[in-house]
Amino acid sequence: MSTEPASRNAARAPPAVAVSGLTRRFGDLVAVDGLDLEIPGASIYGFLGPNGSGKSTAIRMLCGLLRPDAGRIRVLGLEIPRRAEALRRRVGYMTQRFSLYEDLSVRENLAFLGRIHGYHGRTLRARIGERLDRYGLGGRADQAAGTLSGGERQRLALAGATFHDPELLFLDEPTSAVDPESRREFWEHLFDLVADGATILVSSHFMDEAERCHRLAILDEGRLVAEGEPERLMAEIPARVVEILAPAPRRVREAVLALDAVLHVAQLGTRLHALLDPAVPEPAALLARTLRERGLEGETRAVPANLEDVFVMATVGPRLAT
Amino acid sequence: MSAGAVAGRILAVAGKELLHLRRDRLTAGMILGIPVVLTVLFGYAINQDVRGLPAWVADQAGTSASRALVQALEATGVVTVTGTAADPAALEDGLARGRIVVGVYVPPDLETRLARGDRPLAQLLVDGSDPVVLSAVRGLVQQGRSVFLFGLRREDGFRPERMTARAGFALRALYNPERRSPVFIVPGLVGVILTLTMVLFTAVAIVRERERGSFELLVSTPVRSLELMVGKILPYVFIGYVQASVILALGVFLFDLPVRGSLADFYLAAGAFVVSILSLGLLISALARTQFQAFQLTFMSFLPQLLLSGFMFPFDGMPEPVQWLAELFPLTHFLRIVRGVVLRDAELAALSADLWPLGLFFLLFMSLATTRFRKRLD
Repeated sequence: MSTEPASRNAARAPPAVAVSGLTRRFGDLVAVDGLDLEIPGASIYGFLGPNGSGKSTAIRMLCGLLRPDAGRIRVLGLEIPRRAEALRRRVGYMTQRFSLYEDLSVRENLAFLGRIHGYHGRTLRARIGERLDRYGLGGRADQAAGTLSGGERQRLALAGATFHDPELLFLDEPTSAVDPESRREFWEHLFDLVADGATILVSSHFMDEAERCHRLAILDEGRLVAEGEPERLMAEIPARVVEILAPAPRRVREAVLALDAVLHVAQLGTRLHALLDPAVPEPAALLARTLRERGLEGETRAVPANLEDVFVMATVGPRLAT
Repeated sequence: MSAGAVAGRILAVAGKELLHLRRDRLTAGMILGIPVVLTVLFGYAINQDVRGLPAWVADQAGTSASRALVQALEATGVVTVTGTAADPAALEDGLARGRIVVGVYVPPDLETRLARGDRPLAQLLVDGSDPVVLSAVRGLVQQGRSVFLFGLRREDGFRPERMTARAGFALRALYNPERRSPVFIVPGLVGVILTLTMVLFTAVAIVRERERGSFELLVSTPVRSLELMVGKILPYVFIGYVQASVILALGVFLFDLPVRGSLADFYLAAGAFVVSILSLGLLISALARTQFQAFQLTFMSFLPQLLLSGFMFPFDGMPEPVQWLAELFPLTHFLRIVRGVVLRDAELAALSADLWPLGLFFLLFMSLATTRFRKRLD
């Protein structure tokens, strides 16, 4: 990860986004429930959460595309949704679904967006050329957008969303439809944008992606359940993590889950990832003893928490506790 | 492959189709709405018997005989006297401007004509561009001797025994004396074809953005609602002009359509009409949730215009409430203008009564569409 920890520098500057008590209902469903957050400038801020956790709804409210039922939103110092029109010149938005025109060529799509943003003539052409080079679409310039590969589409969408050099970029699950290689490449572009001073809000349900963010908000059922820098979230997880290597993982899992101290067990092939109550002094030993008593084979060792553990504790943990 | 499995799959598809219909409230409503509304409306409105043709009377005799004659004419129900005129020239002017369809001219020497019985008693001037109207008035003239003349009494100076076959009404048909249908149909076709194509083009304009997913991107850009609306219709104004020109040219070259009025007037009126129906299409697009709904709404707006505007059936043959309804259609007004300009050499200024409603429709539909279109997703 190449950029400076911009979030620390920006602590004194006003936040790019400040939200308090943000709530939105769709009928009986509370899609976003009393969200409070501050997003520092010149950094990548992640919304991590399962489908239906309210990530898209929150982003749409921040863009002024949906009106909140309650709460206050300030984006780049503008009160939203009242000043949504003024905001539109200063932000870029990449929708979850590919939203450029599939029957227009790459160049024509960029030219359309450029003109909407007030570019024309030589400036417009120069900027299109620059964007095509930057996002590796030069060879595809006259190809219909609908015939591009998944990764190329995402780069085109990013080129479109950033065409007017927005100060703030909203990306709604930008890489959910592309392969890991394209995803890595896409993130390199995001880091370049942040290095140029942009603030990025990106939603995802990929852990590896979340780990690249400077700060992270974990959403679950519309509520903010954890927030902070990924490293701190992993370090301060309210659980001990034990990895078990077992030839019969399903039976081991059953046995381990029977213990009160075990909060959650996830399986990764022949490995099991167990989350235990932090009050347990020697978690690996406890599990090893349990397996011996049940006559089950398995090696146990304490490991540092990863982001998935944080996510599980934040989303599943509270439900297990009740 | 068993018959049961075939039937099962067919029923699975059929059941799914019914579910789609149930979810789409507009379509479900149209299943009953279309037959009920259209049958009632058209069964009631469409009438091949032409009645109540607006007429002015230029009565230069001014005697009790002339009044009895006009009364007898009106009693047939075919014409309705809506005003008077000083002379035949004023009647012709009223016809050209589309204010009347029939002019009744009673000459000053009616008394003499009655006494001698060897010349027509009065003259009917008819806008003969619509063959249906013309034959209705022709029927009047043929009935004339038996019906109207009985309106006259001996005290009026009427001597039935002296009447020859030439006494009665003289008919003067203007504008389409050969009674050729294309001459009447083609100018109207400009309006009908434009109504169908223009509305369809713009009816899908916004809803297609919604279905493609580009809507969300579009509303997140600085483009304003009105800018979007105007930009959406602008290319089609040009296409509308191309279509109008093609239809008119085909009329001239294939059907010998006489273009009597000025082309500048024709294009000015076509422009006003095109923007009014394009904005109707935009309104449909702002109301519909899917392209399918937009198609249905286009169809629902097109059919009444086709049948009630005066294109297929004479406007004056419809009951009054239906005429009021038809005044709300852009096509009704454009038909009057285009027939006036092309067939009767009417000045556009003289047809302003039908021009300003087109402007009004444009403003109304456009502002409704723009208001209805929100740059939001909720």
